Amino acid sequence: MTAVNLVIADAAVIAKRNVIKIKRVPDVLVFVLISPIMFVLLFAYVFGNSIDIPGSNYREFLIAGIFAQTVMFGATFTGAGIAEDMQKGIIDRFRSLPMSRSAVLAGRTISDVIYNVLSLAIMAVTGLLVGWRIRGSILDAALGFALLLLFAYAISWIMALIALFVPSPEVINNASFIVIFPMTFVANTFVPSESLPGPLKAFAEWNPVSTVTQAARELFGNIPAGTPEPTAWPLQHPVLYTMFWVVGIVAVFAPIAVKRYEKANTK
Amino acid sequence: MPATPAVQASGLTKRYGDLTALDGLDLTVPEGSVLGLLGPNGAGKTTAVSILTTLLQPDEGSATIAGADLATEPQLVRERIGLSGQYAAVDEVLTGFENLDMIGRLYRLGKQRSRDRARELLERFDLVDAGDRPVKTYSGGMRRRLDLAGALVAEPPVLFLDEPTTGLDPRSRIELWGVIRELVGRGATLLLTTQYLEEADQLADEILVIDHGRELARGTSDELKTQLGGERIEVTVDSPESIDAARAVLAGVAVGDVEVNVATRTLLAPIAGGVGSLSAALREFESRTIAVSDIGLRRPTLDDVFLTLTGSVPEPADSTPDPDQPTTEPEEVLS
Ligand SMILES: Nc1ncnc2c1ncn2[C@@H]1O[C@H](COP(=O)(O)OP(=O)(O)O)[C@@H](O)[C@H]1O
Ligand SMILES: [Mg+2]
Repeated sequence: MTAVNLVIADAAVIAKRNVIKIKRVPDVLVFVLISPIMFVLLFAYVFGNSIDIPGSNYREFLIAGIFAQTVMFGATFTGAGIAEDMQKGIIDRFRSLPMSRSAVLAGRTISDVIYNVLSLAIMAVTGLLVGWRIRGSILDAALGFALLLLFAYAISWIMALIALFVPSPEVINNASFIVIFPMTFVANTFVPSESLPGPLKAFAEWNPVSTVTQAARELFGNIPAGTPEPTAWPLQHPVLYTMFWVVGIVAVFAPIAVKRYEKANTK
Repeated sequence: MPATPAVQASGLTKRYGDLTALDGLDLTVPEGSVLGLLGPNGAGKTTAVSILTTLLQPDEGSATIAGADLATEPQLVRERIGLSGQYAAVDEVLTGFENLDMIGRLYRLGKQRSRDRARELLERFDLVDAGDRPVKTYSGGMRRRLDLAGALVAEPPVLFLDEPTTGLDPRSRIELWGVIRELVGRGATLLLTTQYLEEADQLADEILVIDHGRELARGTSDELKTQLGGERIEVTVDSPESIDAARAVLAGVAVGDVEVNVATRTLLAPIAGGVGSLSAALREFESRTIAVSDIGLRRPTLDDVFLTLTGSVPEPADSTPDPDQPTTEPEEVLS
């Protein structure tokens, strides 16, 4: 087997172990699945009725933003899982085995895709129930979901690295919110970026959360005809720009996280 | 060509800020033998094991393990070792079988071989019935056995066991000793750490006593015991008048001078015959009707080792403070 195959094989073993754990301790899963429903309903009925975007259906505008927000927040599970593993005795076993050095982290980021697939599916159904529609082709819509998943995967590597720096799993949520909140809210997720004040507007336009949201909106056909073209380059090429970030984040954060994992002290 | 030792480490040093956890430790474990690394809490045992199993980078020093260089070939080292750490390194949520199967896969034994091996080991470690239960339902002894099984999945030539019996009840401890003896019988090379001299005595070919990350003594169990004065019979007689008679009895079985503590009416006799000497002494006490309030075989404890080697007991000793002030013999307890 080549080196890459070995990494994949080892990561698959770890991912399988994580899935067994999800099945055996399903409480986490329940919350993962309930909160997206809550988000969709909350935003659709609380904000969806109060904010008016001329020429657009705000509820429809919101859905892609809620998807992006939920997968961003979902990435904290990766951090929590890794921080917890690092505390447990099993990590000494992993680190003394001749397995690939990146497998524990890679396996975790892979198994957490399951969370995102499930929460996207649940949000889509909830969205459809409250009036959201896919107005483009199914293929485009599938591409939109795939992009959201890829983006979530990349973000989970950031959370993995944060998890390796926190002293205990309890800190992980607060630590990761430092990254997640500005990225999620200084974006076009819930309001059009044009409506933000100067510097925030620039941040929002170049923020990959905005572009993944924009891409999903376009691919779901949720941008009504007559909406003015965005002026910022990233928002004009949201799929390309988002992919650039996905590759960039994994290329930068995965190796740093693996280095950090190797150096992490045992208890 | 001369056999190279399975583990050879020199000058291992690890510092945590001002604290030197390991201070230039050298150790050698010949192939097929057992080295007992003996020391109190905080002596540096886990640090040494962590370094030798690639979990921790030493600040100084080098080692080869089963022919692989620790610094330059850590992955090769990992292929050739098995580790059972001080804290059982098993996944609580997975079952015993799933834990062993996963370890097999990560040693890259393949699907079928991993499963077979997991079943074999569950059988061997008496965990078949518990094999499909999550580990969190296991007792401490079962967890330990599973952890040890985990170290054996790939049948590595060199094993590291860090305090394998600490925290176990006496029965589980004896059971685990049996398992370890069996491993050694099959020719495994083993580095075992312990806080108990008795454990090192039972299991190790050679004992290395450390404290503050430094070597205090090394030798076979017998060598260390000789150095320590070996086993003793400790007798407390009922009345002060019996002391001389008791001393005469003990002189008959002792292999050295009998110590007497008049204040506590306690006598201490070095012996070589173990329980045999004890029962011989008991019979004599009975036939001469010397009333004895307490009699027992006393083996050197780790505290004794430290008393001898350093002149001080490391931690506040758990033995009751005895008011042995002026006695007939001003000599130290051990020669
Ligand atoms: N990560 C660490 N940070 C600071 N000090 C440590 C760390 N690990 C161990 N030590 C210290 O190093 C010394 C040796 O520890 P250890 O090897 O665990 O001893 P043992 O296993 O013999 O009980 C102790 O004084 C311990 O407090
Ligand atoms: Mg220890």
